[in-house]
Amino acid sequence: MPPPSLLSLSRVSRDFDVSAPWLNRVIERGPRRSLRAVDEVSFEVVGGETLALVGESGCGKSTVARLIVGLYGPTSGRVEFRGRRMQMIFQDPYASLNPRWRVKDIVAEPLRILNTRKDVSELLVQVGLSPDDGEKYPHEFSGGQRQRISIARALAGEPDFVVCDEPTSALDVSVQAQILNLMSELQQRLRLTYVFISHNLAVVSQIADRVGVMYFGRVVELAPTAQLFARPRHPYTRMLLDAVPDLAMSGKPRTPIAGEVPNPLAPPPGCAFHPRCPHANERCRRERPQVIDNVACHAVEERRINLAAQPQGGF
Amino acid sequence: MILEIENLRVEFPSRRGTLVAVDDVSFAIAPGEVLGMVGESGAGKTLSGLAVIGLIEPPGRIAAGEVRLEGRRIDNLPHEEMRKLRGRRIGVVFQDPLTSLNPLYTIGAQLEETILTHLPLSRTQARARALALLREVGIPAPESRFEHYPHQFSGGMRQRVVIALALAAEPSLLIADEPTTALDVSIQAQIIALLKRLARERGTAVLLITHDMGVIAETAQRVAVMYAGRLVELGPVRDVIHSPRHPYTAGLMGSIPKITPQRNRRLAQIEGAMPRLNAIPPGCPFNPRCPRRFERCAVERPELLPAGASAAACWLHAAS
Repeated sequence: MPPPSLLSLSRVSRDFDVSAPWLNRVIERGPRRSLRAVDEVSFEVVGGETLALVGESGCGKSTVARLIVGLYGPTSGRVEFRGRRMQMIFQDPYASLNPRWRVKDIVAEPLRILNTRKDVSELLVQVGLSPDDGEKYPHEFSGGQRQRISIARALAGEPDFVVCDEPTSALDVSVQAQILNLMSELQQRLRLTYVFISHNLAVVSQIADRVGVMYFGRVVELAPTAQLFARPRHPYTRMLLDAVPDLAMSGKPRTPIAGEVPNPLAPPPGCAFHPRCPHANERCRRERPQVIDNVACHAVEERRINLAAQPQGGF
Repeated sequence: MILEIENLRVEFPSRRGTLVAVDDVSFAIAPGEVLGMVGESGAGKTLSGLAVIGLIEPPGRIAAGEVRLEGRRIDNLPHEEMRKLRGRRIGVVFQDPLTSLNPLYTIGAQLEETILTHLPLSRTQARARALALLREVGIPAPESRFEHYPHQFSGGMRQRVVIALALAAEPSLLIADEPTTALDVSIQAQIIALLKRLARERGTAVLLITHDMGVIAETAQRVAVMYAGRLVELGPVRDVIHSPRHPYTAGLMGSIPKITPQRNRRLAQIEGAMPRLNAIPPGCPFNPRCPRRFERCAVERPELLPAGASAAACWLHAAS
């Protein structure tokens, strides 16, 4: 029997109303317009694992994070959570902490709301801060330390499930390493389950058990981390891997990537990736690919892509 | 050499004494060379770039040292002369392309104006040159985009327009400060390829300032590593990446996540954080965090010392 899932999303979509203001619509006779940020996304998260969602800006990964924690409601589809409690860590440690509150009050806020007792200084020590830091205000801390405060606040509610939206993107690399190491220590110690949103493939390859690649509101490929990086199937995944700067300087030839993410107000018909895809054919331009065996691609389905020929970006 | 910087020192007076944001930094860039400058926030890399173009905000000032462009000293030029030099001999690309473009003018008008300001051309010639530049930086169908406003372009395309603006007057030096940081990884690769090609084909010297070692590995020939306002390592990119000579560079390289098969390998981490400018320790500024420090490090400040093919400001490389 497969391990029970803590969270499942089934065909979750989320639309946003991007119409012009009412008066303009009336005067200019403009229609209502809506933008589909998340498009029939389905996946499960198993207890104790880290599922990462990667993609470029505007692909809908942060909207998925907000759908999971309930900051947005789905337009259609279902989000089911079977765990005890969830918490979220945000990208910007400058915006997510109230500047007028002392750190001890920030960290204790979930305790007050949940009416539980837990030692704030213990929480601070757990994330590598000192108990005295509780008396200070957020501005007295660097970005990395602020993110530690956010983590302490998240842990205060004793969650078993944490949604992390780009938690290290605003940090310098050496600080990022400290925070990522802290997060994996906490995961092991407290048996946390993470959904980790990131645009950084290298970060994801280090911390995730499974990775979902998002493009234009859809999860186009979902695979165990090692498999995704060693044998990417979707052409977009291959393209992303190929675009990662080559730190090893192996002198690998780089395939230049053409084009950009399409305008979400005028989505291309068929597969959203077809205007940039080297394998696109008539069917891709016409028909939207279904997710089959965790990948949404006609070329993979029809075995038109030689999965043995690997892009240079993998291991 | 196109750009030579010698013993540059940038200071900010403050109530609690003078803060030294750039301290005794020297390097040079040859024609067609891309020099990467890497460091964490607050290391002094952006200020080093601003010092070259004379845009340090008062009360900050260049307190010592020299900046020479094509052999001519430029750090002491009067304001007006420096202004002419910027744009004409030195092109600049900043992180956020929206702040570099005027939202009220079409990109064609902005390019034309820049060209006419710096070069003795007629309007027709300027227009032809503007179109050629847009084509060169990879904007498809430039004729149809000429009358478009900045907001009608995507982030990557905007950054191309900014690069076209920076190159409008054929500068000999291009300073690019985090030019790819605001862009997605696929677009980032396109901009990197563009910068490389421009340096190679036009012989432009490029100072590429970034926090991203991956971008430098892809683009630069040499790299300068900054820490707490000082240059701690300078050498060929390959050597600095594969055999860093300064313990800080080694720590920095170890903390960069890499795509590798073995996962959950703990990232190497440097304990602590870079000191604030008002609390730079004596001796080597890295010594309190350094795993290899010894007595001398806390007392005496190391100069850049030869270390293999590179140079590192670290007493480990002192000839004994």
